[in-house]
Amino acid sequence: MKYLGKKIVTLIMTLFVVSAAAFIAFQIIPGDVVTSILGTEATPEREAQLREELGLNDPPVVRYFRWVGGVLTGDLGVSYRYAKNMNEMMPVAELIGDKLPVTLSLAAISLVLIVVVSIPLGVLWARSKNKVLDAALGVITQASMAIPSFFLGIIVTYLFGMVLKCFAPGGYVSYEKDIGSFLFYLLFPALAIALPKAAMTARFLRNSMLTEMRSDYVRTARSKGCSERRVMYGHVLRNAMMPVITFLGMIIAEIVAGSIVVEQVFSLPGIGRLLISSISTRDLPVVEILILYITFVVIFVYFLVDILYRVVDPRISGK
Amino acid sequence: MKKRIGVLLIMALLTMAALGGCAGGTEDSSGDNSSTESQAGNPVYGGSIVVGIQQDVDSLDPHKATAAGTKEILFNIFEGLVKPDENGDLMKALASDYTISEDGLVYTFTLRQGVKFHNGNVVTAEDVKYSLDRASGLLDGTPLISSLSVLTSVDILDEKTVQVTVGSANTELIYSFVAAIIPAGSGEEESGTPIGTGPFSFVSYKPQEGIVIAKNPDYWQQGLPYLDEVNFKIVNSPDTALLELKGGSIQIYPYLTDSQAGELKDSFQILSAPSDVVQALFLNNASEPLNDVRIRQAICYALDLNMVNEYVAGGGATLVSSAMLPTLHSYYVDLTDTYGSSANIEKAQELMADAGYPDGFDLEITVPSNYEYHMQTAEVVAEQLKAAGINATINPVEWSSWLSDCYTDRNYQSTISGITSDMTPGYLTNRFQTDSKKNFVNFASAAYDEAYQAAAAALDPAEKAELYKQVQKILCDEAGSAFIQVPPITIAMDPKLGGYKFYPVYVQDMSTVYYTE
Repeated sequence: MKYLGKKIVTLIMTLFVVSAAAFIAFQIIPGDVVTSILGTEATPEREAQLREELGLNDPPVVRYFRWVGGVLTGDLGVSYRYAKNMNEMMPVAELIGDKLPVTLSLAAISLVLIVVVSIPLGVLWARSKNKVLDAALGVITQASMAIPSFFLGIIVTYLFGMVLKCFAPGGYVSYEKDIGSFLFYLLFPALAIALPKAAMTARFLRNSMLTEMRSDYVRTARSKGCSERRVMYGHVLRNAMMPVITFLGMIIAEIVAGSIVVEQVFSLPGIGRLLISSISTRDLPVVEILILYITFVVIFVYFLVDILYRVVDPRISGK
Repeated sequence: MKKRIGVLLIMALLTMAALGGCAGGTEDSSGDNSSTESQAGNPVYGGSIVVGIQQDVDSLDPHKATAAGTKEILFNIFEGLVKPDENGDLMKALASDYTISEDGLVYTFTLRQGVKFHNGNVVTAEDVKYSLDRASGLLDGTPLISSLSVLTSVDILDEKTVQVTVGSANTELIYSFVAAIIPAGSGEEESGTPIGTGPFSFVSYKPQEGIVIAKNPDYWQQGLPYLDEVNFKIVNSPDTALLELKGGSIQIYPYLTDSQAGELKDSFQILSAPSDVVQALFLNNASEPLNDVRIRQAICYALDLNMVNEYVAGGGATLVSSAMLPTLHSYYVDLTDTYGSSANIEKAQELMADAGYPDGFDLEITVPSNYEYHMQTAEVVAEQLKAAGINATINPVEWSSWLSDCYTDRNYQSTISGITSDMTPGYLTNRFQTDSKKNFVNFASAAYDEAYQAAAAALDPAEKAELYKQVQKILCDEAGSAFIQVPPITIAMDPKLGGYKFYPVYVQDMSTVYYTE
């Protein structure tokens, strides 16, 4: 309980610091939101009106705390940049709520691909005594890890989109229209995300298992007559999973926070793409909430990893 | 051992099967059309298309939208009393007729009868008054369209006649009545669905995804539009646009680079026309050493415009030496001989020596990096300046930074960018007046100001044209900036489509686009 309380305090303090930092950054970087919205052709009266509407005439400190007050009362504000209809701007909550399912689905599919491929591969690799297979896996995983995801995205698009014609590049279908086509389309960007990560995870698991296999308890288990299967899955894998879980946690945090590059390559309207365009249009209310979201995800996932640790290794919770 | 390899193989096969099960599914029909343009086919009604666009819309309010990328789309939804045609002339739209008083101060519009808004209501004189009041600032003191801020009153004479009075005469004002007519009160309504009278009605908009419009069955121009639905889809980079075109998920993409056009020419119709943009190496006349006219002229002489055109536009651009679109035929004067269209290094060096810079000087060229075309131009220009002894460096900046640093604060030395025009000769020229808020190059010439004001006020068309030619000549002779070219717009269109029209202003008119049989 004390542990949970401490985590929550850390979370709140981090969110506060991060949001203030983002706010200050926006005051420093060049670029004025009003000219960014209105461009070069607006009347001075319209500029003044918009400045007033957005509350930009108040000093920065006032604006920041007004924003904090809004967030604390559940009002996430409205976007500076995106219109909802002719008269209103898009509420940030609605805007992000609309993009979140895209990024979360992409993250979920990627994670499934990573786990399904990397865990069996890692185990197989660790147990393999075949030198050729060992070397081949070494080269393949090394190569997959080295490919940058934007390039992998282009390769996937080219191979599955242009040559095999599995999917139409850019033919993203909204989840509101057709959930099946939506998930199918996401399979390809997920592949681009998952491949290098799966290679890393497999490598990590293999090394971790090899270390464990050399441990004394493995010899003990074998000498008391445990089956090879039981040694591997009951002892080695369980212990070897500890660092892998941390690693997977880091990966999850990274994907859920928005796969900026891959979303760009596959024209996916997700969180990552929203973040990029909001920064370039100086859409502070959107950027602030996205940053809070990303910070929250990272801290929360690490918290989950901590909990998982205790499940896998009961010794930790004893402390 | 073999068993394990077997397991691995099966795993690999399963993954491949999961992903590859779909191979050979969709067949790309545009691929086998590669022969030639076989589009003598007749127009058919119906069908829907996806048009790739580069930017998100900045507003769904036709009076508040300022980005060119938004106006080009809203053109399909909203109409004014008049609207541009493809020749750069005005056609009567919601006004079936109009007269302008001799002194140029009173405009009388007769409304076209029976035109309906997308909500089914007939356009009334009240709607016209409301729209013009709103756009001009008569409604609440905030003019939304700057050229209309000269309106002093809008009066309803009878149910089909509206009279507009202006404070100062300017025959170019008639072009501003392209401003959208919207239902009275709709600008303040809660739900705020965009409602106009255009060939298409608004269906939906999603940030970062795009805007969907559908055929207006009651459109007043008989026989238009052909298509049932158009989806303007935001494509975030030219590279993905190329992939999407090839993959068949977009049918029209209007912003091709020269090299992309070359890559697509076998499977797409490639159409090209001059844009409404004047591109220049804009020189900050207030900064050292560009405050010396000889230095500015030296830069103009140092540029090899033919080479720029060849490198970045494949020879498809129109070279210009002042701020006017060549498509505005009656006003444009060709001044490219002033500095020549190829480089004159000797002359440039002579002028620099005269001005006290025999060994050249440093010149920073700020470029908005999101515009690939300007970036490419900057690279060529920088090399040409170096050949003349000017040490040019390129400083790529984000668009938001460009707007605030270069445009608003005028804190830069030189920049390569473009200025867009409408159909009036005053639009591009008024910004170079000394006191203009848009004069981001700090050009200061009393002769220019005088000539411009005379041109704007002239009522006689021949006199007006003559004065505008003088205006261009002063700007060119005093080297207000180093003008380069009017870049082409190049579009790729699916071979099954026809009817695409270019306008001298930047719009994507989808009403005339159709599928062929």
